[in-house]
Amino acid sequence: MKNPYLPELATITNIIDETPNIKSFHVVFNDPEKMKNFKFEPGQVGQLSVFGVGESTFVINSPPTRMEYLQFSVMKAGEVTNAIHELYVGDQIGVRAPLGNWFPYEKMKGKKILFIGGGIGLAPLRTLILFMLDNRKDYDDITILYGARTPPDLCYKDDLKDWESRSDVNLILTVDTEYPGWTKRTGFVPTVLNEIAPSPENTIAITCGPPIMIKFVLQNLVKLNFKDDQIITTLEKRMKCGIGICGRCNLGSKYVCKDGPVFSLEELKALPPEL
Amino acid sequence: MIEIGFLKKENLQAFLKELASKYTVYAPFAEEDIVTFKPLAEGKDLCLDRPANLSPKAVIFPQCETLFKYSFSKKEDSPDKVDVKLEETMDFEDTVIFGARPCDAKGFTVYDRVYKDSDIPDPYYIGRREKTVIIGFACSSPSPGCFCVAVGGGPADKEGSDILITELLNGFVLEPVTEKGKALMQSSLIEDGKASLQEAQKKQEDIKQKVKNPFTKTGSPQISQKIFNEDEFWEKALSKCVSCAACTFLCPTCYCFNITDETRLKEGERIRSWDACMFFHFTLEASGHNPRPTKFHRFKNRVGHKFVYYPEKYNGVIACCGCGRCIRYCPVSVDISKVVDDLSETNAETNLTSNGGKA
Repeated sequence: MKNPYLPELATITNIIDETPNIKSFHVVFNDPEKMKNFKFEPGQVGQLSVFGVGESTFVINSPPTRMEYLQFSVMKAGEVTNAIHELYVGDQIGVRAPLGNWFPYEKMKGKKILFIGGGIGLAPLRTLILFMLDNRKDYDDITILYGARTPPDLCYKDDLKDWESRSDVNLILTVDTEYPGWTKRTGFVPTVLNEIAPSPENTIAITCGPPIMIKFVLQNLVKLNFKDDQIITTLEKRMKCGIGICGRCNLGSKYVCKDGPVFSLEELKALPPEL
Repeated sequence: MIEIGFLKKENLQAFLKELASKYTVYAPFAEEDIVTFKPLAEGKDLCLDRPANLSPKAVIFPQCETLFKYSFSKKEDSPDKVDVKLEETMDFEDTVIFGARPCDAKGFTVYDRVYKDSDIPDPYYIGRREKTVIIGFACSSPSPGCFCVAVGGGPADKEGSDILITELLNGFVLEPVTEKGKALMQSSLIEDGKASLQEAQKKQEDIKQKVKNPFTKTGSPQISQKIFNEDEFWEKALSKCVSCAACTFLCPTCYCFNITDETRLKEGERIRSWDACMFFHFTLEASGHNPRPTKFHRFKNRVGHKFVYYPEKYNGVIACCGCGRCIRYCPVSVDISKVVDDLSETNAETNLTSNGGKA
């Protein structure tokens, strides 16, 4: 029987400073066989361990189409994330992955895709965006609406540059308020969503961000006539076991770590409002 | 091969001693007024006249257990780096739980569906569960607050036990439930008990009649979706709760846990320990956001888990064994059976539960 609590040891091979409080880590399993055979789906998460401090859950935000390493982005928030921020290239880290479900990308084939992200919430969307760009012909228009508090708080600046320059991606960036040198949109993500007013026709909207942003984005999408099954979100909760037992991340009978983190609005509506 | 066993009262100690030569035997012992399951020891008297304050759940699901050990050392080729080694720790001994009440034994079956029969099974739970034989002990009188019959159990229910013992005046009748139980009855001290079975069954049936049913309107939990989702209901039902979580720690079916690391110099352990959904910090996120911010949200989740969410996942089975401990030992007398009764409505169409808790 496989021990689901025992992490696989891995090494940090690269660290990217994304924003003043977010770093991305490239992680490679110490066992080359494990790295070679590792399979996951876009949207699945993993538990990172700093031994002596603890574990936290992060989405694998590099796509399964690019397997030289697994990328995790970590925002400094509590004990474990602070400890991860103190790690250097070459340091050991524990990984339990993949956990949870994934984006239903098969069902999205041939459709227009609207990504709506806020802050670190772009991380899970990044996995799917890169996966779709690596399978570009399978999908119709791709629009990405992304916002952060200030321009330095925007994650994945290299990716944003790339997406901005591509003719097959429509990127809309916003920051909360005016900022020296910022010439693009200002305003909260849900407000900008109303301004650009995307058509729901043959479209799937996928959103992730802080809980308060998700709440208003969902409301505004419904106002824009998106149906509940056209809206997908991916949730974050405090987690421990990662396998649907320990009781922290449940919404009613569903466990975000195992039955999620990806839910359609249709599914969410049947669950207690404990986002 | 004895099908029904009989153990004379004067042979009980000898039988336990015999078991203790092959197994670690846990049995209920009283210390001051508190009855808990402890390893068998000379000179202590068994306490079989009332249910233990704490169910024997810790025998299979310890309050604290090591999941694995880790150690740090300098990397030989680059002295500025630290090497980590992990060591799995799984060492489970053959164990007997003697004197579990039927509610306690049923508690383990609630665990089994989650920890054992899941697509991601838990090797620590399974390791102990498979090495443990449970000798259930039928209640001879109901305790205040217990309501096992109304949630699908009973004071002589066999579910979860490997052997069920019924106490008669001069001895104990042993009914084997599983193969594990049958094997344990191969002892020279166990006589043929067929002749006493009828008396035992009559006693079992008499006690069953004495267990109160707190669900006055519906007979079994029939939770109304409408009331369940009213914030005011929970605010009223729980205004006196002090969030101490005694209810969850004493509950034979509560299985939530925490995982933490404990390090001493260059080595440490990842530890799993009991945790409780009634605590504020249980769901508190590092950002400060808490999806269940008040005791009302948390108690709704606790009642919901036992009477709505768990039954939804497991064919209507209620994750409450009706032992009554959370009622007896609540410092402010919150009564879960009363809460569920208030939540229940006879209008079956919109109800969230249930089929009376039977598997």
